[in-house]
Amino acid sequence: MSQPFRTEKGGRIDRSEQFTFTFDGEEMQGHKGDTLASALLANGIHLVGRSFKYHRPRGIVTAGSEEPNALVGIYRNGDQTPNLRATQVELYQGLEAISQNRFPSLGFDVGAVNDRLSMFFPAGFYYKTFMWPKSFWDKVYEPVIRAAAGLGKPPKNPDHDSYGNLYAHCDVLVAGSGPAGLSAALAAAESGAKVILCDEQSEFGGSLLTEANASIDGMAPSDWVAETIARLGAMDNVTLLPRTTAFGYFAHNYIALAERVTEHLASPDPKLPRERLWQVRAKEVVIASGAIERPMVFPENDRPGILLAEAGRTYLNRYGVKVGHKVVVATACDTAWQAAFDLDDHGVEIAAIIEMREVPPESLVAIAKARGIRVEAGCVITGTLGRKRIKSALLGRLMTSGQVASGGQVECDALLMSGGWTPTVSLYSQSRGKVVWDADSGAYVPGKSVQKERSVGGAKGLYGLQATLEDGYAAGEEAAKAAIGTSKKVTYAAASGGEAGEGGTLGALPHDRNASKVKAFVDYQNDVTAKDVKLAVREGMQSIEHIKRYTTTGMATDQGRLSNMNALQIASGALERPVTDVGLTTFRLPYTPTTFGLFAGVARGDFFDPVRKTPSHDWVVDNGGVFEDVGQWKRTWYFPKSGEDMHAAVARECKTVRESVGLFDASTLGKIEVVGPDAAEFLERMYTNPWKKLAPGRCRYGLLLNDAGFITDDGVIGRLADDRFHVTTTTGGAPSVFATMEDYLQTEWPDLDVWITSTTEQYAVAAVQGPKAREVIAPFIEGIDLSNEAFPHMSVKEATFCGVPCRLFRISFTGELGFEINVPRRHGKMMWETLAKEIEKHDGTSYGTETMHVLRAEKGYIIVGQDTDGTVTPQDAGMTWAIGKKKHDFVGKRGLERPDLVSENRKQFVGLLTKDPKVKLEEGAQITTAENPATGTPAEGHVTSSYFSPALDRTIALAVVKNGHALDGKTLYVPMPDRSISVEVTGPVFYDKEGARINV
Amino acid sequence: MLLVYCPYCGVSRPETEFSCRGEAHIARPADPAQTSDEDWVNFLYMRSNTKGVYVERWRHIHGCGRFFNAVRNTVSDDFLKFYKAGEPMPDLEELAKEAGK
Ligand SMILES: [Zn+2]
Repeated sequence: MSQPFRTEKGGRIDRSEQFTFTFDGEEMQGHKGDTLASALLANGIHLVGRSFKYHRPRGIVTAGSEEPNALVGIYRNGDQTPNLRATQVELYQGLEAISQNRFPSLGFDVGAVNDRLSMFFPAGFYYKTFMWPKSFWDKVYEPVIRAAAGLGKPPKNPDHDSYGNLYAHCDVLVAGSGPAGLSAALAAAESGAKVILCDEQSEFGGSLLTEANASIDGMAPSDWVAETIARLGAMDNVTLLPRTTAFGYFAHNYIALAERVTEHLASPDPKLPRERLWQVRAKEVVIASGAIERPMVFPENDRPGILLAEAGRTYLNRYGVKVGHKVVVATACDTAWQAAFDLDDHGVEIAAIIEMREVPPESLVAIAKARGIRVEAGCVITGTLGRKRIKSALLGRLMTSGQVASGGQVECDALLMSGGWTPTVSLYSQSRGKVVWDADSGAYVPGKSVQKERSVGGAKGLYGLQATLEDGYAAGEEAAKAAIGTSKKVTYAAASGGEAGEGGTLGALPHDRNASKVKAFVDYQNDVTAKDVKLAVREGMQSIEHIKRYTTTGMATDQGRLSNMNALQIASGALERPVTDVGLTTFRLPYTPTTFGLFAGVARGDFFDPVRKTPSHDWVVDNGGVFEDVGQWKRTWYFPKSGEDMHAAVARECKTVRESVGLFDASTLGKIEVVGPDAAEFLERMYTNPWKKLAPGRCRYGLLLNDAGFITDDGVIGRLADDRFHVTTTTGGAPSVFATMEDYLQTEWPDLDVWITSTTEQYAVAAVQGPKAREVIAPFIEGIDLSNEAFPHMSVKEATFCGVPCRLFRISFTGELGFEINVPRRHGKMMWETLAKEIEKHDGTSYGTETMHVLRAEKGYIIVGQDTDGTVTPQDAGMTWAIGKKKHDFVGKRGLERPDLVSENRKQFVGLLTKDPKVKLEEGAQITTAENPATGTPAEGHVTSSYFSPALDRTIALAVVKNGHALDGKTLYVPMPDRSISVEVTGPVFYDKEGARINV
Repeated sequence: MLLVYCPYCGVSRPETEFSCRGEAHIARPADPAQTSDEDWVNFLYMRSNTKGVYVERWRHIHGCGRFFNAVRNTVSDDFLKFYKAGEPMPDLEELAKEAGK
């Protein structure tokens, strides 16, 4: 028979619409409106997974997002999403679900042997096990633990879903739509506030959808929900977000919501995202997250068929599902009695109500009696029997002595339990509020508001339908008043039924079983027992934060919402300290597990990071150039001709530049236009070099330090006019140099009359380098006499290139005659193609960054960030020539005089030549004075750059070495794993030491 | 994400539009040459790093580009005041008292 545990009538499911789904391949039926959990229960399936550590059979425990056991994988579009809570998965036609953490099958699982070996998995076993012996780690622990660890299996393919992201502003955000949330939203909305109401469930109403024996304004609670939602939905100032979890509460009332858009649909519109991240800035927040029921901690409380009482009631009243045919209700509080009565109304046999309290309320006992339900007061459950589903419960009678006397067995096929209620303070806690202990309700409740929020109803430990509704209305009015300055008194709905009830218990229940043999679970998902918590205390854990980490209690995906209070009570007992002294662990975001896709949003693939291309890009692609990523830039690395590898291509490019001419795209270099009457004075203060006497039309190499005295950037600066400079920076340093200039200009020297503008993107730059550079550019440049006399090295002038205005620099980063032509970016392609064609006539080549690096290294030119690391001064780099000696101040000047920066033993920039010219050092390799230094010997320095130099036909390297400038000609060593390489210290300039080639 | 007010633009915007540049009112010594090593090191590195009311420099880097100052409680992240660069540091005790009300 299909769905043997479905009620005859009732519930919010659509009985006219039947869905077929599969669980571990078995086909079953459910209805529209079911969750996977309710549909499984309707088919009599409780066993849905194996536990994390002991592989014990586990069943559905809750009906909400706090579900610890019923984690399933769902197949969709050819891949599987693991660890979804069956209690939140909405049923659709054709849904395919699998159980997790079992091998080979859910019914027979070899991992269950862990349960028998549980003495080897005590609290803190992660810490204990891995201590000894070391070799066990790779051979035993890692493979075994890795194979056994985790719950679901990760998906195999890239996420094919898309995710949306939007920002929203509202006056009042209401999180949760139970009685308190709905009335708060209504009051705020009627007051005129812009309201967002979100709820993690598919339907609004929260506990009202479970409430069968109450009425609001004469209506059934679910009808009142429908009417209220209709009212809210008709208002322009209200946004209703079902299936939307408020999972993070950040500073300044910034709340993150995760909306599940399509996952509940069998065949969603492919244009819709799977989930949508709402980033909401709310003027006021109403936290209406309600309360959740606590499990009771008794031996074998994890057997499938054991659920929370309110969950049993929810499955019955909301989903039309009976959790069993013969049910035991174990409780310490009033509310669970209603679960027994509701089930009784649907013809479910209530085997017994096992009430922990000696004297439960007379009114409840009277109703039970009238219904003919057996009531055992002053009793607890001391154990359960049944292999994959509960078969019977062991009864224990609490004696005045504190002992427990056996009270026999009660047969059943399901057990509902209630240890009382715990307010859900997660969002409040995330808002950085400090919870306070409420002795009356035995719970932590929100304390003072730190942000603009208020908790209402169950979230603050307030129960009872009428009281909760009123609390919500008042909070909604208050929030509206605070947000928009006015509020309207709405007519409060009048409720009957849904009483608050009393009672509750914390911690492990007493029993008459062998304490060393039985397991009473505190945290189901992480398999933590009462015994584990006590053991942690015995082994010296004092703080709840330590106990949490040692036992992993409360570290599962529900973040201890089910387990924390029981664990706290057990720890408090073991520590012999009041529960308030033990402390509560912090609730962190996300409130429930959240996909990475949601956070990533559209920022993946091509949208992960911008790609910056230069105007030569297409030409380089067409001509087989190879790119490298330099920050966001795509720069050409080298241009291989057919059959060439990188080494061969670079060697040819280097040789060609030195012998004839090369063309290089320098567009990525940072460019800053510094303009104004005080422009020279400003640069004088920023850079080490003197600028005031630099004549217009001339350039100078500029070295930039920070005020500590360390090199941070460099680049050539040209003076175009008295009041105008063209500053270049390194490619990577462009934004930070600009920000630093702005900083000094705005905050230290606001008196200077200077404007700076980033012009990096404004120009395309072609570097033409080599003996034939002049011949190459001459046909296209007009307005400049390019002769060495008229336009010598380090000149700059405005001219035209093919009729387009350009700034022509005569500069060199290769040691050869060189020019850099800056044209407006839109003409960059034309310039590149023109020059690329022209160099062919001169047997020239295009070259990339690798050749640029080799050529500059042959000349000993530093690259900031490669040869320097933020601790290198101009003296260290051998660049005191760049410091304006007569300058009274510049950024870094005072820093350079600090004792540590002028002391002995600083690492200095040198060249290294390996004794064997074929051996190329590794960049980053350490340098020592001993050939085979003892382990622990500090290095004298390290290799910063290393290349094969075609010009020298041997390898060359640059390095920083302690007192390196005094070591010229000395032998040092670079010890490597397989050998020690001997090197000779030299100056950093390897090629054309006189610099004659530049001035031709 | 913090909500930051730019006193130049006169608007509140999310933190991502801004960059925080550390403690405010740490002036570069007027005559570095006459500044002792100790004072220079204090200028470079020493920050009060207050747990509580703290004055910071912020820059509206993706907006007007201006630097300004903000008083922030580093425990609660509440901003107590935003003001333009060059304006004097407010009385922090007074601000804290007002915020506590
Ligand atoms: Zn601004």
